[in-house]
Amino acid sequence: MDDDKVFKALADPNRRMLLDRLCERNGQTLGQLCDGIDMKRQSVTQHLGLLEQANLISTVRRGREKLHYINPVPLYEVYERWIRKFEESRLSLLHDLKQELEGKER
Amino acid sequence: MTDKSASFVYVTYIRTTPEKVFEAITRPEIARRYWGHENVSSDWKPGSAWQHVRTDATRTVDLVGTVLESDPPRRLVLNWANESQKNDPDAYSRVTFDIKTQGDMVQLTVVHDELQPGSGMLNGISQGWPLVLSSMKSFLETGLGFDL
Repeated sequence: MDDDKVFKALADPNRRMLLDRLCERNGQTLGQLCDGIDMKRQSVTQHLGLLEQANLISTVRRGREKLHYINPVPLYEVYERWIRKFEESRLSLLHDLKQELEGKER
Repeated sequence: MTDKSASFVYVTYIRTTPEKVFEAITRPEIARRYWGHENVSSDWKPGSAWQHVRTDATRTVDLVGTVLESDPPRRLVLNWANESQKNDPDAYSRVTFDIKTQGDMVQLTVVHDELQPGSGMLNGISQGWPLVLSSMKSFLETGLGFDL
């Protein structure tokens, strides 16, 4: 919806971690998302709320459960607006050069 | 029984009208401007066939399916499969377009479900939908889609 909300939502490592978890397995309940992570249920709920406001996740009710789905559409909009525009090909050349100079293999 | 448990939910907000969104999906001359494909059906009525056709000179039919529900401009439900798998019932997944007005925006929700986990279709659509939906948004708001 608006870029500010997307960037703000992405500015927090816990929220990025929640997105990663949904990327691994889409359509999880709050309980599943809280499982095995060191964060209070209440904070997870708050983070999910901010992600939903930024339209980075969407939710679907199924019976008594609420399932969370990653919604990458706003990320593509950010990509189109802020990355592709600034000449992707040159960026990837620079990226390769940096990898080469830093001697990192990926 | 075949596992068809995988699903995706995509949402985008577009500054336009529900009618324009519905047309952008169902009218070939509009879809071709932002999708790189046209969606072709004789009447978009339940039971009718539809095809997803490349706009390039080859006019390749990439996807085929049937219209399951149609309630313009609010809702359209299709099933779909790769053209090469059209005779395999398990290859069909389901796509629901839900179009709602929200303030001065339209909320378009695309639910793609009944997908086989790990299938090529699942891979393809998880790359494809975000791109198509952002391109549709850009096209409806600015007149320019992306080059898909």
